[in-house]
Amino acid sequence: MAMNSEVTPIARYSPVAIILHWLLAVMIIVSLCVGFYMTDLAMSPQRLKLFNWHKWAGIMILALSAVRLLWRLAHRPPALPDAMPRWQVAASNAVHALLYLFFFAVPLSGWAYSNAAGFPIVLFALIPLPDLLEKNRELADSIKALHHWLAYGLGMCVVLHVAAAARHHWIDKDRLISRMWPMGPR
Amino acid sequence: MVRRFLLLAALAFAALSAPVSAQQKLVVAQSEISFVSKQMGVPVEGKFKKFEAELNFDPKRPETSKIAFTVDLGSVDIGNTETEKELGKPGWFDSLKIPQAKFTSTAIKSLGGGKFDVTGKLAIKGNTRDVVAPISLTQTGGVTTARGEFTIKRLEFKIGDGDWNDTSLVANEVTVKVKLTITGMGAL
Repeated sequence: MAMNSEVTPIARYSPVAIILHWLLAVMIIVSLCVGFYMTDLAMSPQRLKLFNWHKWAGIMILALSAVRLLWRLAHRPPALPDAMPRWQVAASNAVHALLYLFFFAVPLSGWAYSNAAGFPIVLFALIPLPDLLEKNRELADSIKALHHWLAYGLGMCVVLHVAAAARHHWIDKDRLISRMWPMGPR
Repeated sequence: MVRRFLLLAALAFAALSAPVSAQQKLVVAQSEISFVSKQMGVPVEGKFKKFEAELNFDPKRPETSKIAFTVDLGSVDIGNTETEKELGKPGWFDSLKIPQAKFTSTAIKSLGGGKFDVTGKLAIKGNTRDVVAPISLTQTGGVTTARGEFTIKRLEFKIGDGDWNDTSLVANEVTVKVKLTITGMGAL
């Protein structure tokens, strides 16, 4: 079985899917870290910069996720190994569905929160984006909490996703991550 | 005799203390003093909830007219409490130390068509600068609406100096907008 899988070339994601995966992985993890760090800072020019960079990154994540979702719908991911237990297939599908949900929900809630707090988003300090909501103090507090919890949810799914990949690589040794590894099959 | 004197004194006091045009009034509830400041390209709007005016404005005789405004800086409404708290600090409005901004007109010039240039002294945070506010008036049924917009440079008033003096981050120019509802003004 193990011998057999050594010789069978494993079906990989398309190069576009692989590039989008790793680009978004870096952007999402950095934005999550910056997001949790910046909220505790006292008001300062540095905090203002971090907030705006965070917003710009969020908008880019939203746009790239839309591209990625369309690409995924048009290019089916390689099938999971037949030998994979059914619970793992179900868990994998559930976490992937949740991840995609959060890719949109987290940036959109952040955008709405910024608007409700009275700050329109001007991408790269150049391109004004439309407001999703009008300024509203009470609503801003609720959406802030929502954005926060959605971000936690995304963070949890990222942890589950990475943990599962690590398990497949180091415990199951089933070469599953070769499908997405950037440097070719390993 | 004493009563008569008291009556006279009361009358004199009333006459002296009454504003020159007692009937000219700012309807604060229907007026707005707001501003737009740009932070990293993002227009942030705020307004002041508490302000008052002393108006003695005759559209037919602008050169002898006078207006004065007092704005409570602590009444600023940005839409989020965090920023409002920050604005009260010494680096920004310092509204605990000098709670009010004052504008006093020094010259009013008619440009025709209900438009006027109001020149005056604006004092914020102990810094006084000359400003010119172009104002246009419209009247319907005895109610006058005055609208105007002018730009000030925040650093001239030491608003956001120190840590925040980088104008590439927070623009120096701040647009001030007024929409005033006034009753009792003479016809245009």
